[in-house]
Amino acid sequence: MTAYLLSLTIWVPIAFGVLVLALGRGGNAQLGRLLALVGSLAGFAVAVPLYSGFNAGTSAMQFVELTPWIPAFNINYHLGVDGISVLFVLLNSFVTVLVVWAGWEVIKDKTAQYMAAFLIMSGLINGVFAAVDAMLFYVFFEAMLIPMYLIIGVWGGPNRVYAALKFFLYTLLGSLLMLVALLYLYRVSGGSFELARYYQVPLSMTAQVLLFIAFFLAFAVKVPMWPVHTWLPDAHVEAPTGGSVVLAAITLKIGAYGFLRFILPIVPDASHYLAGFVITLSLIAVVYIGLVALVQTDMKKLIAYSSIAHMGFVTLGFFIFSPLGMEGGLVQMLSHGFVSAAMFLCVGVMYDRMHSRMIADYGGVVNVMPKFAAFFMLFAMANAGLPATSGFVGEFMVILAAVKFNFWIALAAATTLITGAAYTLWMYKRVIFGDISNPQVSEMSDLSRREFWLLAVVALCVLGMGLYPAPFTEVMHTSVRDLLEHAAKSKLL
Amino acid sequence: MSAMEKLYLLAALAPLAGSILAGLFGKQLGRQPSAWICILSVAVSFVASALIFQDVLAGRLYNGTVYTWLVSGSAAFNVGFLIDQLTVTMMLVVTFVSLMVHIYTIGYMADDDGYQRFFSYISLFTFSMMMLVMANNFVQLFFGWEAVGLVSYLLIGFWYKRPTAIYANLKAFLVNRVGDFGFLLGIGLILAHFGTLEYKTVFMFAPQVAGSTINILGDQQWSLMTVICICLFIGAMGKSAQVPLHVWLPDSMEGPTPISALIHAATMVTAGIFMVSRMSPLFELSDTALSVVLVIGAITALFMGFLGIVQNDIKRVVAYSTLSQLGYMTVALGASAYSVAIFHLMTHAFFKALLFLAAGSVIIGVHHNQDIRHMGGLWKYMKITWFTSLVGSLALIGTPFFAGFYSKDSIIEAVKHSTLPGSGFAYFAVVAGVFVTAFYSFRMYFLVFHGKERFDQGHEGHGHDQHAQDAHHGHGGKPHESPWVVTVPLVLLMIPSVVIGYLTIQPMLFGGYFGDAIAVQPHHPAMKELAAEFHGPIAMGLHAFTTLPFLFALAGVVLAWYLYLKRPDLPGRIRRTVAGVYTLLDNKYYFDRFNDWFFAGGARKFGSLLSRGGDRALIDGLMVNGSAKLVGLSAAVIRYMQTGCLYHYAFAMVLGVFAYLFWRFFSKF
Repeated sequence: MTAYLLSLTIWVPIAFGVLVLALGRGGNAQLGRLLALVGSLAGFAVAVPLYSGFNAGTSAMQFVELTPWIPAFNINYHLGVDGISVLFVLLNSFVTVLVVWAGWEVIKDKTAQYMAAFLIMSGLINGVFAAVDAMLFYVFFEAMLIPMYLIIGVWGGPNRVYAALKFFLYTLLGSLLMLVALLYLYRVSGGSFELARYYQVPLSMTAQVLLFIAFFLAFAVKVPMWPVHTWLPDAHVEAPTGGSVVLAAITLKIGAYGFLRFILPIVPDASHYLAGFVITLSLIAVVYIGLVALVQTDMKKLIAYSSIAHMGFVTLGFFIFSPLGMEGGLVQMLSHGFVSAAMFLCVGVMYDRMHSRMIADYGGVVNVMPKFAAFFMLFAMANAGLPATSGFVGEFMVILAAVKFNFWIALAAATTLITGAAYTLWMYKRVIFGDISNPQVSEMSDLSRREFWLLAVVALCVLGMGLYPAPFTEVMHTSVRDLLEHAAKSKLL
Repeated sequence: MSAMEKLYLLAALAPLAGSILAGLFGKQLGRQPSAWICILSVAVSFVASALIFQDVLAGRLYNGTVYTWLVSGSAAFNVGFLIDQLTVTMMLVVTFVSLMVHIYTIGYMADDDGYQRFFSYISLFTFSMMMLVMANNFVQLFFGWEAVGLVSYLLIGFWYKRPTAIYANLKAFLVNRVGDFGFLLGIGLILAHFGTLEYKTVFMFAPQVAGSTINILGDQQWSLMTVICICLFIGAMGKSAQVPLHVWLPDSMEGPTPISALIHAATMVTAGIFMVSRMSPLFELSDTALSVVLVIGAITALFMGFLGIVQNDIKRVVAYSTLSQLGYMTVALGASAYSVAIFHLMTHAFFKALLFLAAGSVIIGVHHNQDIRHMGGLWKYMKITWFTSLVGSLALIGTPFFAGFYSKDSIIEAVKHSTLPGSGFAYFAVVAGVFVTAFYSFRMYFLVFHGKERFDQGHEGHGHDQHAQDAHHGHGGKPHESPWVVTVPLVLLMIPSVVIGYLTIQPMLFGGYFGDAIAVQPHHPAMKELAAEFHGPIAMGLHAFTTLPFLFALAGVVLAWYLYLKRPDLPGRIRRTVAGVYTLLDNKYYFDRFNDWFFAGGARKFGSLLSRGGDRALIDGLMVNGSAKLVGLSAAVIRYMQTGCLYHYAFAMVLGVFAYLFWRFFSKF
């Protein structure tokens, strides 16, 4: 059984997705929903043993599966997870459950297709995190775009076509360069797509820098890093709630994951050489984007910008090259998965009632939705990095690591304490506090039972991770240490 | 786990349990059961603290880990307790004041819809504050630090319908975050240079790194300790409202009065004072940092006192008095008289909580009016409130033998002996501050309790502290004394406001009570000099009648009496004569305006610029959509060549052949 666990996490959701498509169309929407829920739960159930059976004492790939796929080009169906990727398979499977649950009554149009798109995407994303064959990774990486493109393009808002196209082209541009890089590596490694093989290939500095640029573009767009971030606010604004949740909670992480899986170990010398460049972009993300977030009038856009700022901490943490920074970055990724998902779910709850994302259309929501306001408060505080929530842990670790690296970098990064609180709580104040501002607000009803438990589950994750983050980091230690040791060794010819 | 360890956990966690019960199940439990659960939980915490106090007196200290929060790289971050004299003093103060405020709340918030929510918050606050003072490492300290900030935010905005309240709570949170920003960097520096965040280890190695320097700006070498201590002190400035991060505290009076007493007077705002005392082994190693502390404290002590003179809102007068007193404590820290700072913190907690709760009682008594110009002569109607207020005011201005006298006089004496740069100014500020304190305190006292009865004069300046649903309290009518749940805490707080200084000055300051919890370097002589001059509390009290501070205090009281009882026409005339000064004070030195304009407005303007100019115009407009347009444009141009007419293509081919041949022919030459 454990031999095929990773395959199961990929193919179970996809199989259920196909099943939902086949059986749930038309009048069978309810059956489709149920099947989707079962599928997502099954997907999560097969992911749990990955964590419980995980051996934190080794940095080697675990749960490995290896089957030749296209022998002519030496491409293998090669899966495995280490301490860096295992938690993301888990997070993704978990978020899929949330998304299916969140879309339960809300999506009335083409329900089965909607659910199926998420299930299939979930399988593909698990594939991204589990693939240790570069070509297999690339296939999953690209295939994942299609369901997301459809989710934004079909179930999105008024300007969805522009947003979907922008999202698709932006990411495609980056990933095509990655394909070129992979083909180059295939040649110099003597005809292999094994990532492990790439880690050992010696490369000249020129080659490393060129490869760095190619990979960097592919992943920086995904993260997204300034200045290739402008697709994200548009995509979020137009995407349905579930789309935003997956986009923020999972797909952004793939970019950051790429840095660890490809850039640092394959081109370590270029990574060190260009670390200052990446750190600068990260700090711009924290400071510049923080200020941009402050003036947004659209809640989803605001949270989208705050996502970019938070992801700036991830890339900053990675390129400090210390265990604390790198684990901080990883923790920040996980935490952002919970917190951004929760923030978008909260906006979704309000949007379902008011059909508006504009801050100015709200005011005094607490008067009619006290339970909701309490949850939203918790998540807003997590977004502002309050201790005892998960949002604090990653930022704290990265800032502490940064102080050791360079005081001024830490100082710039720590401004998030002020800007993060400012944009999040100012929005909260204008939306939630105050007297009821207009008749539409007074008609809003508090959380339904489904919404309540949905938010409660995420709230538990946010608090749990904030109060006791050790179980998350314990898994990472060995892999992070090995990665850092590997990245410290020169690969120059 | 030993019995004592269980007791430590109980002291910290009991209020949390009360908070969770009242917060999550308040509706099911009902109003009174929720309240009593919270009160009981804090009472348990108080009793536990008292037992721990006994244990500490017997010499049993504790430093241990509860659980490991996180391990990363070579650093382990724990949640753990450090129980020593300093901790246990704070625990007692916090739980006692909190208990009084809990009881008082039954009466004060009786008609409020958010009854259970309020109890849940103040119990949560007690838990957070306990975590803060009991921490044995910087992570937990920071956790408590931010958690009390959160509860303060929630409570200032408790009446969330009021625009002023939700403005004030956001402001409080953000200003505190500015302090936390420095604090976090300080913690980062400690981890970077000590490799751990455990207090004991850091303190142990501190002398070894005292001489080391770091390169902060260019080639300039800065003393590591100075940078660390100033960063930490920025955190303290936020929480303990020191200039220029004081701006949030007066506005925080938008919250219900019980929390003004508990959070914004007695406990949370003293967290910065506590923190610096806790870090005394570090601060002692940097005279520069201590000088900064001294000067900032002195500025706060004197200049915030001035503002108290022109306030007409009863709570705001007390708030400015709190700012000024926090300045006194900070001055004591700067003079290396940490134990004196903690001593003043303790006495102040009692008499300031008393003054705030009495102010709340007055507010209820005159039917939710906070303007002292519309009070007067209340002593006849509210005997207990009047008497306890008088005692509180006497304690505040440092009347000999009252609690505040012992602590404030010790501060003044300590500063006199300080040799650091800035100590001359600080000494002037704290002595002059005595006069100012006496004047604004008794201005308020006379206006509220004596003189002409003015509470029938309209309600135009009407109360901030008005409950959302006020049907129960009719307007007009005679003022009345508050119910027992309000007056009993007043009496219970009055007792320590009188005697606590007399009883504890000997052991706390000179009896070595604090043991190793507070470190003082031998070249900071203030405490030694104080001890040499001290001949028992009675002698100190008697001696005080001949000293400058006493005369200043007396002059302040007499002046207040003359201006506000004897010649009530004078203040208006004085105000008109020195209109410029009055405007400056009335506008609180324009700090708020400047912050609104520069920081809040500036950030928004700059953000707009980046959003419109950077994101939308430059990146999206020019680069992203621009490249899309470029593709479209070149396609549109190239499209003209694709006419679909065969002869056009044939013609182009012929041209091409000719051009090629032409080129080949001429390239030969």
